[in-house]
Amino acid sequence: MEVHILLIFMIIGAIVALEARDLLSSVIVLGVVSFALCLAFLILKAPDLAITQLVVEILCLIILIRATIKRDLPLAIEGRWIFNTISTVVFICVFLYFVMLALRELPVFGEPIMAVVREYLEKGKTETGAVNLVTAVVLNFRAYDTLGEAAVLFTSIIGIVAVLRSPGKKKD
Amino acid sequence: MSLIVKTITRLIVGLVLLFGIYIVLHGHLSPGGGFSGGVIVALSFVLMMLAFGEDVAVAKISRNLASNLESIGALMFLFIAILGFLGGSFFLNILSTGTPFKLFSAGTIILSNISIGIKVGIGLFAIFLALVILEKTKRER
Repeated sequence: MEVHILLIFMIIGAIVALEARDLLSSVIVLGVVSFALCLAFLILKAPDLAITQLVVEILCLIILIRATIKRDLPLAIEGRWIFNTISTVVFICVFLYFVMLALRELPVFGEPIMAVVREYLEKGKTETGAVNLVTAVVLNFRAYDTLGEAAVLFTSIIGIVAVLRSPGKKKD
Repeated sequence: MSLIVKTITRLIVGLVLLFGIYIVLHGHLSPGGGFSGGVIVALSFVLMMLAFGEDVAVAKISRNLASNLESIGALMFLFIAILGFLGGSFFLNILSTGTPFKLFSAGTIILSNISIGIKVGIGLFAIFLALVILEKTKRER
């Protein structure tokens, strides 16, 4: 029940973020949406995800506010808005139809298929010695995935530092 | 920034850093782990930079030290992965698992958490540093 209230709250927040006039209010409303997502993770009993979502969201808010607070970018809404609206609605209908088809195949909420997970839950503590089973899966059973994530983060940091390097290229 | 922000930052920045290190080290016992703890460590440096300006923060961690530490974190994680070949396979937990609920247990998981924490914390701080330096050079032009 609480999750549904939070979801409605998040949808309203996302619409407000889209329709807000200036960029700073959009960024702040987006932060509200993310904190509601963090609360939803807590209610669904996933504290690891909640902590990660909270701290990453705070860092993103700081960076976005620092990047956008001095610029007042106007919104470009004039032009072919009838065509844009109709095409958006059609696309949303098609998307929701396929989502409905896909969601029918998923297991019922709260009753997962315990095929691989059962082994992890039974042997996790004795084989790895880690009490936090999320860490046991992430860093022991599925550590190869984590290595890939670390490589992705490393590459993205290298890319950002290379693009934003301080001297820059001079035009002559 | 104003005097209030500077005073409060001077009081709590150490606690934020300590909490980040706690989250990293207790990743196998409580919720959290290398990534979230590393982000909290980065946030403590970001807080210091926002309050005192970029010169103070760069004096604590220079750009060369930041890039070196980030590479060390990534290489340490890869080294832990290759260390598993001593026991037979990639990412095998070759150290003893110890008794559960103790800090020094769970074999290589705590080492992996530390390396990911170093990498994420320094890397996100480097992104923020690059953005701030870009804005500074743009202002000077």
